[in-house]
Amino acid sequence: MLELFLAKYNYWIVILLMMIGLYVVVARGNLVKKIIGLNVFQTSVFVMYISLGKVAGGTAPVLTGKNELFSNPLPHVLILTAIVVGVATTALGLAIVVRVREAYGTIEDDEIEEIERQDMAGDLEGRRR
Amino acid sequence: MELLINTVLLGLLGITAIAILMTRHLFVATMLSGGYSLTSAALLVSLDAVDVAFTEAAVGAGVSTVLMLGTLTLTRRREKVQKEFRWSPLLVVTVTGALLIYGTVDMPAFGDPNAPALLHIVPEYIAGTRDDIQIPNIVTAILASYRGYDTLGETAVIFTAGVGVLLLLGRRREEDEEAGTRRPERDA
Repeated sequence: MLELFLAKYNYWIVILLMMIGLYVVVARGNLVKKIIGLNVFQTSVFVMYISLGKVAGGTAPVLTGKNELFSNPLPHVLILTAIVVGVATTALGLAIVVRVREAYGTIEDDEIEEIERQDMAGDLEGRRR
Repeated sequence: MELLINTVLLGLLGITAIAILMTRHLFVATMLSGGYSLTSAALLVSLDAVDVAFTEAAVGAGVSTVLMLGTLTLTRRREKVQKEFRWSPLLVVTVTGALLIYGTVDMPAFGDPNAPALLHIVPEYIAGTRDDIQIPNIVTAILASYRGYDTLGETAVIFTAGVGVLLLLGRRREEDEEAGTRRPERDA
């Protein structure tokens, strides 16, 4: 039982972290908080990939000529790319948040929806006149 | 010992994530997310991914936090507290989590030296780095040589994101200058 728990412990905790991140993205209305949740989700995925590549008793994949048991270097390469792409999406998302704040004066999604609804009602009223 | 460090760091990550979920102050959440990235960088070192840990500490914990702090100075510091609790997000998250945990049943055990992912092409990369490319760091060899097109694509993505940010934030200043004034802000 303990063996099974230790064999899957990393994956389960990572899934828990991913779901906390997903919950923040879905349930919280603040746009900056949503992006922080997205970051939590992303970092958990990174840890998941690296956990999959870990070999018990292995070392970092650097050739020294002595120890020849390495952890899998391929996930490391993929995640190096993913980290940089993650920052690119964060930057773009935050730029959109700043823009939304300028256009609506708020970064809460229910308030934005309220303003949109009032705008639409105002348009209909104007057309009727 | 390695396993103990791994367990403790993962637990710390869990506590930080729950704190991010609970706090309503965006500055606190930003700082916690910086701490989360840094803790995960420490965890990556214990999982033998030193290059990734380096990048995560510099880019994930550093640059992301700076970007978020910049956004906070331009927007609000506090998050609005929603009055009613909605069940649908919790339901979606629980179902997704349960499906993912079901998926781990078939996955190889943590640290398994005979995992399928290790046996396919990785031995060729390691041998090729030693014999053909002849630099000590295998990750660098794969990143720049065997998977060079990935890195080229990554550069294209960053370029696109940079152009996007410039268009989003740069255009409004031109508009403001043409109009002479800033657009009046609508307060809800």
